Amino acid sequence: MLNKTIIGMSNFIKNIFSKDRNLNVEQLIQKKTILSFTFFIAFAAFAFWGWKWLRNQPTESGKTSVPLRKVLNANEKIFSGILSDKHLAKTFPVSKAVNSARVNGYLGMNNNFDPSTWMMNVIKATGDTLKLNLDDIKKLPKTEIVFNFKCIEGWSQITYWGGIKFSDFIKAYNLDTEAAKKFLGLRTPDNGYYVGIDMPSALHPQTLLCYELNGKPLPMNQGYPLRLIIPVKYGVKSLKRIGDMFFSDSKPPDYWADEKGYDYYLGL
Amino acid sequence: MIQKKIIKKHPLAIRWFHWINFPVLGVMIWSGLLIYWANDVYKIGFGSTTLLKFFPTSFYEVFKIPYRLSEGMAYHFLFMWLFFLNGIAYVLYTIFSGEWKLLMPNRKSFKEAWQVLLHDLHIRKSKPPQGKYNAAQRIAYSAIILMGIGSIISGLAIYKPVQLLWLCNLLGGYKMARIFHFALTIGYVLFFMVHLMQVILAGWNNFRAMVTGFEVKKQIKDTGNVSEIPDAE
Repeated sequence: MLNKTIIGMSNFIKNIFSKDRNLNVEQLIQKKTILSFTFFIAFAAFAFWGWKWLRNQPTESGKTSVPLRKVLNANEKIFSGILSDKHLAKTFPVSKAVNSARVNGYLGMNNNFDPSTWMMNVIKATGDTLKLNLDDIKKLPKTEIVFNFKCIEGWSQITYWGGIKFSDFIKAYNLDTEAAKKFLGLRTPDNGYYVGIDMPSALHPQTLLCYELNGKPLPMNQGYPLRLIIPVKYGVKSLKRIGDMFFSDSKPPDYWADEKGYDYYLGL
Repeated sequence: MIQKKIIKKHPLAIRWFHWINFPVLGVMIWSGLLIYWANDVYKIGFGSTTLLKFFPTSFYEVFKIPYRLSEGMAYHFLFMWLFFLNGIAYVLYTIFSGEWKLLMPNRKSFKEAWQVLLHDLHIRKSKPPQGKYNAAQRIAYSAIILMGIGSIISGLAIYKPVQLLWLCNLLGGYKMARIFHFALTIGYVLFFMVHLMQVILAGWNNFRAMVTGFEVKKQIKDTGNVSEIPDAE
């Protein structure tokens, strides 16, 4: 019995290493099958090992590991190439807009907020701070937009907003030096929510500093008195209740990217 | 006397594309689920009656889906490249190698596919013509390529709905593009279930061909006359 097994095995190994022309059809089938399946199983093992490697990488920010973050950043490099001021989010007539825009989060919406003392702090390149109230903002030409607001969760809603173009704001307050930086940073007054946005997206003609929803002042839960609306990004970048605005060449802190592992760019 | 013969069936390239696609598409579906969970609004039903909700809570729990949106997006946007590049390579290979001639449905395919179905359901006894692929396979394997193209197009439309607004409009808008993308995924799952069953039914010789590339044909060798024995199924 043992003898037979050993002879069988040695014949089998001999088959694999012998030249094809010395083998009969049966032996050839056996040889080719064994070789192919050996490669096949090796491939499967390699794929499995690669998957385990990817799953076990240390996380850099939030829940996203270093290689995955690198890929997200590489995707940004590729797809930010098609970002253009000429590519506009589709707009709709006001009648298509929903009556009550969805409120999806309360981060940065501290209850102790006092609207009467609110000022937006624009931190300039010189280090000076430009302090503006809502009337200063409203002096600039008003722009309205009705567009499909897209949440990163997957829902979208046609909503109607009014405010001033961010690019108009930059021009009106001579912030060209600041706008030459790579990123715009925004923070809520309570520092509970913060986003970073690449400057080309911030300067996109549909990006608004927004003070109206459905033709009325922003409700508190929509970021009264002033919020960002940026149609070229998922909704998480449209920060409610702007406290501080600053400009930088390095990526400003971003709540969803730093704390929760989302892509930083999130461009649409 | 029965004689066996080795016959080449699947080229090496096609076997690679197939077996790379399998785990890659698996990761795409899994990460897609992680994304879909965050706004799981699709269902099949009429009026206020829901026949099937995508997906029941128990399903999410079994596969550990909830609260993993950022993870899902990160994996989806890595493996999309592998899915895309492998798909492109496969399509280019079938075009330039001439394999497409064996794969594309022809004039007879739609009639014959019906015969294949009846045969597979044991309603019809006689076997429909079987080249490398039978008519039903030609239709299914060509359709799956179109579905792959559909996933890439609808995926791009969802991924960059402002920069690629024309693409989004082509699919009937953002919400419609999302529905297409989701429906195609359900299509893959259904395809996979039928495919798996057919592979099991077709047996070892057929499965081995997808790994080794060759199939074994048995022939009866009489005094001079050679006739083929159909594969045992």
